[in-house]
Amino acid sequence: MKSIIKNRCTLLILLALLAGCAGTGGFQEDDAGEEFGEFDSETSFEEEDEGVDVLPLDEDCKPPCEFTRGALEDPDSPLAERLIFFEFDKSEIQPQYQELLVNHGKYLASYPDVVIRLEGHADERGSREYNLALGELRAKAVRQVLLLQGVPAENINVVSFGEEIPLDDGQNEEAWAQNRRVELVYEEN
Amino acid sequence: MSKNIRCFLAVLTIWFGHSGASVAALDIEITKAADSALPIAIVPFGWDSTQGRLPVDISTVIAEDLERSGQFRAIPVDEMLAQPHQGSDIKFENWRIIGVENLAVGKVEVMPGGNYRVNFQLFDVLKARQLEGHSLQARPQDLRNLAHEISDIIYKAITGEKGAFNTRIAYVTAVKTGKNTEYRLEVADTDGHNARTVLRSRHPLMSPSWSPDARSLAYVSFENKQPEVFIHSVFEASRESIAAFKGINGAPVWSPDGQKLALTLSRNGNPDIYVLDLRTRKLKQVTRNWAIDTEPAWMPDGRSLIFTSGRSGGPQLYKIPVDGGKAERLTFEGNYNASPAISPDGRSLAMVHRYRGRYQIAVLDLKSDLFRVLTDGYLDESPSFAPNGSMLLYASQSGEQGVLAAVSIDGRTRQRLAFSEGEIREPTWAPFPPKRR
Repeated sequence: MKSIIKNRCTLLILLALLAGCAGTGGFQEDDAGEEFGEFDSETSFEEEDEGVDVLPLDEDCKPPCEFTRGALEDPDSPLAERLIFFEFDKSEIQPQYQELLVNHGKYLASYPDVVIRLEGHADERGSREYNLALGELRAKAVRQVLLLQGVPAENINVVSFGEEIPLDDGQNEEAWAQNRRVELVYEEN
Repeated sequence: MSKNIRCFLAVLTIWFGHSGASVAALDIEITKAADSALPIAIVPFGWDSTQGRLPVDISTVIAEDLERSGQFRAIPVDEMLAQPHQGSDIKFENWRIIGVENLAVGKVEVMPGGNYRVNFQLFDVLKARQLEGHSLQARPQDLRNLAHEISDIIYKAITGEKGAFNTRIAYVTAVKTGKNTEYRLEVADTDGHNARTVLRSRHPLMSPSWSPDARSLAYVSFENKQPEVFIHSVFEASRESIAAFKGINGAPVWSPDGQKLALTLSRNGNPDIYVLDLRTRKLKQVTRNWAIDTEPAWMPDGRSLIFTSGRSGGPQLYKIPVDGGKAERLTFEGNYNASPAISPDGRSLAMVHRYRGRYQIAVLDLKSDLFRVLTDGYLDESPSFAPNGSMLLYASQSGEQGVLAAVSIDGRTRQRLAFSEGEIREPTWAPFPPKRR
């Protein structure tokens, strides 16, 4: 949905530019504005295909550029996975999450205006303050992987919530495993 | 009644007025009773019932206080052969027969103006001798505190140790309503009564810690989307952010002289222990280690800190001079020891200890190196010493509910203080308030 809107914005800009150019060419008719008015509904854009090609500008993107900027909104993109889990009392990244983190690292390296927040969490067992520190260690382990992909350090925020915000309130192994995690949260601009 | 308490109650009234604090009492249940407790009789205090109902059942409050200490067994009222209200009416053989060693009697009167006067006497039954005799006065709303004051007098007369019944505790509660959780910082009497909310928040609160004058709490709040340390003056209802550096700001604890705050900061990359001078606001880094260092606890002399460190791979307790120096490892039992609490005499070190996957409260005697596990829960945490060192308060689980529990320092008596609403966590016992004249 957002990408459609974005394309529409691009379109409007292109049309406006065209109009500007056309203006210098001597078009004076007032009803040109009204014609634009007609284009204002989305469906008319989608269906209209009479010899008109609408082409977006390329986004600014630094290599590797493996993902489009809009990939974050795509539920089928690998970037839709934003949770990684840890073993008890450990902050090492388990091998199965390496690829997930590398993907996010590549995305963030490609779009240096995008900022991410890494939220570290722990399960409820043991000391709350030790768990607060453990949550930070976990988030920092994730940060390290992102840095290796070329993400600018200032684009990574780290915060720990310790055991204070569990995903699962249960008191069993499955619940605890869900709660020992780092959440990757893209900051709103 | 001390000026302190009157001031406290006045402020409480204000809190209650504007916050509509929930006054949910704790239910106390003895889960493990000591067999060697001293039998004592607290005779129901005399009261002229034509005057109406006494707002507080003073003798019951006293009996429950003394039982909670683990050192006394209060004789049930229906086993008493007589109910005297003053020394001259006591027939000591009535009490020797049922095995009572000490006996407290008293009576309550309303004074002109509405205040109460309580006369009470404590006797050694075997010697037929009076140990204590007092006439005390209180406003109606202070009667409960007066009962705790009497408990303290009895405790001191018989054990020789100062009683800690007339002190306070603070703790955090989390109350879920639908998807939202409300966090509250509460202050209550040591028996769980008079619970008052001093702060409510939609964001987690943790690690409350009392100032040595028992007038302020330091704690961690997530209200600004990161752990941040606040100092909160509970009588003035005012608070101040004291540490909001990048990263962790946690585990605040006041120095014994009240001038400094030890805390955990990760501003230099990973969690280390710092000391903040509250006057100059100058920070001093105490530990420098690649691993987690957190949960500082002051030794009573204020010259060294005990803390939790992950430098050996898992959490263990260490001791370090405040002015810097080498950290000395103190715990070697098992592979998880955290949350240190030091007894007021500096001799006993309480902690959370993991044994076979269960987290329990243990105590290490720093002189004899004797290590004892005191509790039998599976997620016991946050031990806090009573200011006289006789008991430990801690957080435990009952079903899937967080509750408060207390254990006598010898491990002989345990009780659960069940809360009626929400999950209750991180109890911290206030120090004795300094005498103010």
